[in-house]
Amino acid sequence: MAGEIQNPIIRVRDITVQFGTTRVLDGLNLDVKRGEILGFVGPSGAGKSVLTRTIIGLVPKVAGSIEVFGVDLDSSSTSQRRNVERRWGVLFQQGALFSSLTVRQNIQFPMREYLRVSQRLMDEITMAKLAMVGLKPEVAERFPSELSGGMIKRVALARALSLDPDLVFLDEPTSGLDPIGAGDFDELVRTLQRTLGLTVFMVTHDLDSLYTACDRIAVLGNGKIIAAGSIADMQASQHPWLRQYFHGKRARAVMS
Amino acid sequence: MNSDPKLERIAKGNALALCATGTWTASFAPVLERMVADAEKLAGSPQSIFIDVSEVAKLDTFGAWLIERLRRSLTQGAVEAQIAGLSANYSSLVDEVRRVRATPVVETSTITITGMLEQIGRTVAGVGGTVAGLIDMLGAVLAAGFRVLVHPRSFRLTSTVHHMEQVCWRAVPIIVLITFLIGCIIAQQGIFHFRRFGADIFVVDMLGVLVLREIGVLLVAIMVAGRSGSAYTAELGSMKMREEIDALRTMGFDPIEVLVLPRMLALVLALPILAFLGAMAALYGGGLVAWLYGGVDPEAFLLRLRDAISIDHFIVGIVKAPVMAAVIGIVACVEGLAVQGSAESLGQHTTASVVKGIFFVIVMDGVFAIFFASIGM
Repeated sequence: MAGEIQNPIIRVRDITVQFGTTRVLDGLNLDVKRGEILGFVGPSGAGKSVLTRTIIGLVPKVAGSIEVFGVDLDSSSTSQRRNVERRWGVLFQQGALFSSLTVRQNIQFPMREYLRVSQRLMDEITMAKLAMVGLKPEVAERFPSELSGGMIKRVALARALSLDPDLVFLDEPTSGLDPIGAGDFDELVRTLQRTLGLTVFMVTHDLDSLYTACDRIAVLGNGKIIAAGSIADMQASQHPWLRQYFHGKRARAVMS
Repeated sequence: MNSDPKLERIAKGNALALCATGTWTASFAPVLERMVADAEKLAGSPQSIFIDVSEVAKLDTFGAWLIERLRRSLTQGAVEAQIAGLSANYSSLVDEVRRVRATPVVETSTITITGMLEQIGRTVAGVGGTVAGLIDMLGAVLAAGFRVLVHPRSFRLTSTVHHMEQVCWRAVPIIVLITFLIGCIIAQQGIFHFRRFGADIFVVDMLGVLVLREIGVLLVAIMVAGRSGSAYTAELGSMKMREEIDALRTMGFDPIEVLVLPRMLALVLALPILAFLGAMAALYGGGLVAWLYGGVDPEAFLLRLRDAISIDHFIVGIVKAPVMAAVIGIVACVEGLAVQGSAESLGQHTTASVVKGIFFVIVMDGVFAIFFASIGM
């Protein structure tokens, strides 16, 4: 990997994750810079979601260390950890909205738990978040089952952003969206990153997203990061999978 | 890095100038909200209004919105409040919140007399709907069963066997244990009270008739409604939520035939078996207590039992079992297929499945009691 990054927001060192006897991640190292949008790619089943879930603490690791905001998540106290969790937002692949709460209640859920603010302010902030993710205010009183796939992703993003986190994890945010919707979503992530100064960790399969939204790309293969760098670095790489990925028919179509 | 936020008024002749400093972020939101509320009261008729944010160390959506809220409420008449000293970093955020439409419309529901009456009316009308739904499902299951009879190849044997294992084989230990204990309790109570009349031995009559005619099958049916009825509802309900049932339909399969029929059949076969095992366990438990507690030795118990009960008692009990199974299965499947998109709905329908299942089992038991009484069994 190219030189150490100073003061990274996420520092992953020698992570090993194993399910039974299959080793999914094998001594993986990764740094994420403050304020960047990192696109994370790799073949299906390579463990992209596993790494995301390991960083946010949903999958136990066998070895290695993870630091987020300079806090080592293994040795941190409960309150430190709570503090870190309050500063990140997660967008799950399927949205993971609470199905028995309305959109408004979904977005207000973290605020209600972490902040002591008036209902009026929560309602106003909810409207602001909905506007930011490009949804109409009328959506607020609907239930998740009454939303389309694209709307679910947007609401999930609004919920991930509800506490104004410094870092968001997006797990395949544009999968299942039409190309125009996906393009809008990339644009949205870019805008939000600019306005809110976010750091974005984005697992994606979408070449368009990589080209238009990401500052840097990391590639996962064989349980390790096989390459990390700008899109130009990726195209120049000689790695067979990368060559196929970035010089395949679809990649050429996106670039032209 | 974080410093307490402040909002101070600076005197500037005819102008109203407010200077915001410190960290304007979500963590300080309660303080910020109070300060902004206080500042909003600063009325008067200034010629110009400025909110100076050049000293703000950190701003997020909460802070930006509160500044925007202050700006909006200070804007009176022709004098528009201005935000001054906005750094380039935050200007896009402030622009973003400026586009937000003011207060949201929140509907509040109030409880009124008419509303309550309406609710009662709807519930009553819903009862009719429930019964219609059950009959509908019964018809659909019978139709599917008939189709399977005509085309036996479309019968799902594997699925039926799988459900048999779930609702019958795996239920045996708990059913046997509970009915055994109930048998013990009935015998103990019987002996305790009959002893006063010196009629200890009649406990065998009571135990035999009660267990074979009523308790055995009723208790087992209630347990099966709780154990397997709820499982059916939850399974079908989550399949409904994840559009799996729609997927089946689009592939040209009938969900009733694929999902409901094997479950119903498994239940209808399982309940008589479980009821029989339950009755035997209860008799065994009762006999054990009669021997150890009442001093009725096993030989006397069996002799008395032979006199006290006839095959009619057994038939009366066991005939009810498949009918109760069908009722439980139909209720569970109707509720499962009625689940809507949310987790809450799944919970409600699973509860309804068990409650209605047990209710209908008891109703059926009453109907059977009247029927057998009138034919003299």
